[in-house]
Amino acid sequence: MLHNRNELINVRNTYKNSFEKEKKRILICAGTGCIAGGSLDVYDELIRIMKAKGINCEVSLEKEPHDETVGIKKSGCHGFCEMGPLVRIEPFGYLYLKVKVEDCEEIVDKTIVKDECVERLVYTKNGEIFRKQEEITFYKKQTRVALEHCGHIDATSIEEYIALGGYSALEKAIFEMSSSDIINEITESSLRGRGGGGFPTGSKWSQVARQKEKIKYIVCNGDEGDPGAFMDRSLMEGDPHRVLEGMMIAAAACGAQKGYIYVRAEYPLAVNRLSNAIKQAKEYGIIGDNILGTSFSFDIQINKGAGAFVCGEGSALTASIEGKRGMPRVKPPRTVEQGLFGKPTVLNNVETFANVPVIINKGAQWYRSIGPRNSPGTKAFALTGNIENTGLIEVPMGTTLREIIFDIGGGIKDGKKFKAVQIGGPSGGCLITQNLDLPLDFDSLKKAGAMIGSGGLVVMDEDTCMVEIARFFMSFTKNESCGKCVPCREGTKRMLEILEGIVAGKGKLEDIDMLLELADTISSTALCGLGKTASLPVVSTINNFRDEYEAHIVDKKCPSKTCQKLKIIYIDTKFCKGCSKCSKICPVGAISGKIKASFTIDNDKCIRCGSCIDACAFKAIKEEQ
Amino acid sequence: MSTTFDYSNLDTILRNHEFKSSNIIAILQDTQECYRYLPKDVFSYLSEKLGMSRAKIYSVATFYENFSLEPKGKFVIKICDGTACHVRKSVPILEKLRSHLRLSETKATTDDLMFTLETVSCLGVCGLAPAMTINDKVHGAMTPEKAMELLNTLKEEK
Repeated sequence: MLHNRNELINVRNTYKNSFEKEKKRILICAGTGCIAGGSLDVYDELIRIMKAKGINCEVSLEKEPHDETVGIKKSGCHGFCEMGPLVRIEPFGYLYLKVKVEDCEEIVDKTIVKDECVERLVYTKNGEIFRKQEEITFYKKQTRVALEHCGHIDATSIEEYIALGGYSALEKAIFEMSSSDIINEITESSLRGRGGGGFPTGSKWSQVARQKEKIKYIVCNGDEGDPGAFMDRSLMEGDPHRVLEGMMIAAAACGAQKGYIYVRAEYPLAVNRLSNAIKQAKEYGIIGDNILGTSFSFDIQINKGAGAFVCGEGSALTASIEGKRGMPRVKPPRTVEQGLFGKPTVLNNVETFANVPVIINKGAQWYRSIGPRNSPGTKAFALTGNIENTGLIEVPMGTTLREIIFDIGGGIKDGKKFKAVQIGGPSGGCLITQNLDLPLDFDSLKKAGAMIGSGGLVVMDEDTCMVEIARFFMSFTKNESCGKCVPCREGTKRMLEILEGIVAGKGKLEDIDMLLELADTISSTALCGLGKTASLPVVSTINNFRDEYEAHIVDKKCPSKTCQKLKIIYIDTKFCKGCSKCSKICPVGAISGKIKASFTIDNDKCIRCGSCIDACAFKAIKEEQ
Repeated sequence: MSTTFDYSNLDTILRNHEFKSSNIIAILQDTQECYRYLPKDVFSYLSEKLGMSRAKIYSVATFYENFSLEPKGKFVIKICDGTACHVRKSVPILEKLRSHLRLSETKATTDDLMFTLETVSCLGVCGLAPAMTINDKVHGAMTPEKAMELLNTLKEEK
């Protein structure tokens, strides 16, 4: 239990010393992705081998460390998820990819004992070997601010976080700064909400600080529901203390006593790491009553979501914490005035809070030196889809899509052609070849009819049907609509019906105008952000790929050959032996013919389920676009 | 209130959440973890203990996707159909498992209560798309064939 500032500084010095005494450090990625690949087995095996060989290894920072010890840590996400399980070895900076239990012996023998690199495990491209993590193009072009610790420190250790300067921003905030100093610094940094809205954080905080209410809350939105986004998950798993520190600084600035972190139920590891972090911070007296001997008291609680995308919306999220159905309400009053339990509430996203400590430590001027003037700083993106290097990245705002997709992402998978990138999930739009040189920031994306959203970038190649993608997102929003307001509840249903008709070849040309009209009505009348932006994927695909819509409607063809229902299935009489198996298996009775002669498919009845194709022993049934 | 139903687990859960009605979501989550679904009997019991109407509890239980009023299988398989998994072809995996287990969109659990097959919007492991989970353990880079192999090992285990 720490009673004052000096005690925290002493703890920091002690563990900094232990940290420096670790001659080598093995960082095994223990993010959800790498764990799925078996990284925890690799962790256990490395420890087992080192112990067997009599090598001093420590799984946590010790107060009185041995000399020449090897630290072995479960780190957060390194970002290069496709290549996992990942193992990074310091001080060399070697990054080993797709590490298996069988590789551990060689890693210990070569790298730990002889300081050599195991070259067969490092990244290679076009014959070139990249031994060090920082040399790989995927990492080289990134600027890691919020994610600086992810993959570089032990995600389960408060000592390591403190040793690397953790909680020094909190220290500065409560001992050296007044509430208005903190808010001024954040305002001057021009930090904008990373959850998608891009609202200036400083002005949100100052509005809450201004309220006369005694009870105030800090809420961290970790309900990262956008399909294709996992930045917040990685942050909560990989550097949980940083998120807590950001929330505490917000509390000190606004005069709040209690914080809530709302995490999706689909992220059990994030809940686990955050609970562990809160427990550790409480043991040190960093969270609790009279923190570090001051009058500042703050407690943090975790709330698990229960599977409702709409809870990412502020008022729905607070309703859910209160134990109600997660439905948005009419605003005003706004969350800053009457939020959680009717009290003034600061509601920020995980990544926003993760940026706070570094701004307090390094200052607003430093932060503003990264990225463009109106939206400075960096942004984390989840780069996924048909791309060579999928994973988690962080780049300065204003980086172009071209740099992200082709330099960091390594281009399109399997040498295919780039078609579009979907940004901002179900409430975002798609960007096409012409937008490749667009700087990614809040304002320029808005102009291009898309939004940065929470930061999911799903890359699509030439084989992706854009009408089907629009249908996919509409089906998602229709399912997730909470049903409170009519435009969203009914409108998304109607739009989905029309889109389903088009991908099934039953569309009419008027449908396109009807979609645009519905989109206009829903976006101007829906109650919350979910409804207001639900039609964006449709509008943006119509604007950019109207010809694809027309091909589905007029020619009844899917140009990228993916729409199942536009396929024609026929029986090649040359191969058909007339066994009748297909006609028996057909669920709709579309196949008829004479036994031992040949059979035919009635394409009006056929539902293109493909059961007959699998059933035919003579490969006589074929499909054609 | 049923006399055959064992309420002792519920008492522990309620105590952990301080009998507060604002914690209803967490209480229902723990209840579901315990019984694998929300049995009908718990509603009246919770209503009495929390001083909250049954209708209110029911309204919360039916709003959130994770709550189930139907018993779930021993193995809950979730196929991720988030954008990244969708563009990397997650639907054929779902269809393969569905047809093998004789399940459909409306029927998610097998009659022997062994398997429940669901889709989930995003598991956040897009780097390993397409992904699926079996009782919360993540399996990445799936194909219909790999999924069938996993299913067969589970069947042997039982």
